[in-house]
Amino acid sequence: MKDTLILSLENVRSYYAKGNYYVKAVDGVSFNIFKGEVVGIVGESGSGKSTLSNVMIMNIKKPLNFIEGKVILNVGANFLELNTLPRQELQKIIWGRETSIVPQSAMNALMPTKKIRDFISDLVKDHFERALNEEEIIERAKQRFTDVGLSPNDIYRYPFELSGGMRQRAVIAMATLLNPRLLICDEPTSALDVANQKLVLKTLEQLRKREIVESIVFITHDIATVRQIATRMVVMYAGKIVENSPVEDIIKDPLHPYSRGLLLSVVTPEPEIKKRGISFIPGTPPDLANPPIGCRFHPRCPYKMDICEKEEPPLKKVDTNREVACFLFNK
Amino acid sequence: MAVLEVKNLNKIYEVGLFVRRHIHAVKNVNFTVEKGEIVSLVGESGSGKTTTAKMILRLEKPTSGDIIVEGINVWKDIKNVEDRKNYYRKVHAVFQDPFASYNQFYPIDRILHQALKLIGVDPQNPKSQELIEEALVHVGLEPKNILGKYPHQLSGGEKQRIMIARCWLLKPSLIIADEPVSMIDASSRGGIIKLFERLRDETGTSIIFITHDMGLAYYISNRILIMYLGEIVEEGTPDEIISNPKHFYTKNLIGSIPTLYKKWEDIGELEKRA
Repeated sequence: MKDTLILSLENVRSYYAKGNYYVKAVDGVSFNIFKGEVVGIVGESGSGKSTLSNVMIMNIKKPLNFIEGKVILNVGANFLELNTLPRQELQKIIWGRETSIVPQSAMNALMPTKKIRDFISDLVKDHFERALNEEEIIERAKQRFTDVGLSPNDIYRYPFELSGGMRQRAVIAMATLLNPRLLICDEPTSALDVANQKLVLKTLEQLRKREIVESIVFITHDIATVRQIATRMVVMYAGKIVENSPVEDIIKDPLHPYSRGLLLSVVTPEPEIKKRGISFIPGTPPDLANPPIGCRFHPRCPYKMDICEKEEPPLKKVDTNREVACFLFNK
Repeated sequence: MAVLEVKNLNKIYEVGLFVRRHIHAVKNVNFTVEKGEIVSLVGESGSGKTTTAKMILRLEKPTSGDIIVEGINVWKDIKNVEDRKNYYRKVHAVFQDPFASYNQFYPIDRILHQALKLIGVDPQNPKSQELIEEALVHVGLEPKNILGKYPHQLSGGEKQRIMIARCWLLKPSLIIADEPVSMIDASSRGGIIKLFERLRDETGTSIIFITHDMGLAYYISNRILIMYLGEIVEEGTPDEIISNPKHFYTKNLIGSIPTLYKKWEDIGELEKRA
């Protein structure tokens, strides 16, 4: 069933308005997510990863502006073009039901004076005024808490009574109450120690295995973490996708020079690391208000050619299922 | 002879005003560091690794035990300002937060001039400028882009490189690096790590590398010491530690660190909480 399309982005541009200029956080991004996939979106800070997560559910709030492109979501019976729907409509029929997002540091945003149960009933009131019985939802929440490895009675606890790892799993449980088709997690493991990171990863893997969610988007800067559950990796640099490849392929043989630099700067306790050595990418990521002309990576690229300074490399298919935006592969 | 010898080191903090509680932060720690060796102290927050470093740096007085650097007992033989200066010529620190290591009101030249004064070179001397530029080039910085600038005009990675440039000026026998790359972007981390390797290989400096990142420790160290609740629970070469961890804490740690080239086999199972 790998061919059922869940979400499709077509040439999406979304900029932050800052006075009289734009910060081009997502600039011409196209990719598809199919059923059963776990897509890892990786890149440095400021590459537009988190903005992309908001664009995927069309949560566009000032100063962010949706400039152009299409965001198409599978809602079971048909496909909806999310970018044409008003915010109220999205809130009522899409968010929480079809797509759900666990924003960055959501686990630390839980108000300490409220019990988890109250968050759940607020959620129900805000998003689903009709046809949802609160008691039923609480029962369902208890079940989902068990699914993610928490105790059902944890919903009667205050957030500070839970550890960081438990809080993150509680947030994931709340986000998946209505079995959304697509779950988007923004840096869900970044604030946790390694043991809890592993638990959160296992929780996500379980949700997908048991088809509580159909696909997962996992946004992170930590490649070794996302590698454990992702089936495909999308590498972002300066608001653009530079490579989109199956995980095993990109780990074995990263194509784009940026992907290569990123992978070579990962250190994990493995003998392979000592063999391959460690490297770094010189320079800093560009200012997205005024990105370099041509390929945005060219000022830092060790393989720079003349054409890279003039033209922008398009994201092109190089293999049956690999895409890369680099003139090295564009013959 | 070992550059550093730590013998039966203990640190007990007393907390509480009325009800006294004792926190045994460092318990009977013993280890040595040989010349030209990088030794990592790995452990979670609160395991006592930074307290150990502070005691070696004379920032925290041990409750009991001895620290001996090149034959000098750090807490017993150092009596006056001259002794202290001599000591800091030998032992140098690179801290976690490159933003906190600088005084924001002075150009960064000052921190290099201070290092020169420590080795008895007058910063006004034309030779000193040469030394500074040489040190900056050593750490991969272009002197004309750096000198005269204020700390806020430089990135975290550049600031950390300047701290290492200080090490090139002083050529200390021992460097204590406390989480030197944890505040640096992953893509520039590799560069800083390589600088420590070069310091070891080219000047024979010994380095104590304090980190919670097992991957880094594995890559850079000659030996790894695992600290847990104030004690050293395991010691070995990086390959011994990762291929055959003995203590339950180390086993747990190694099992939870995500690996790049191998996918976990147990990712599909989720244990239920009792």
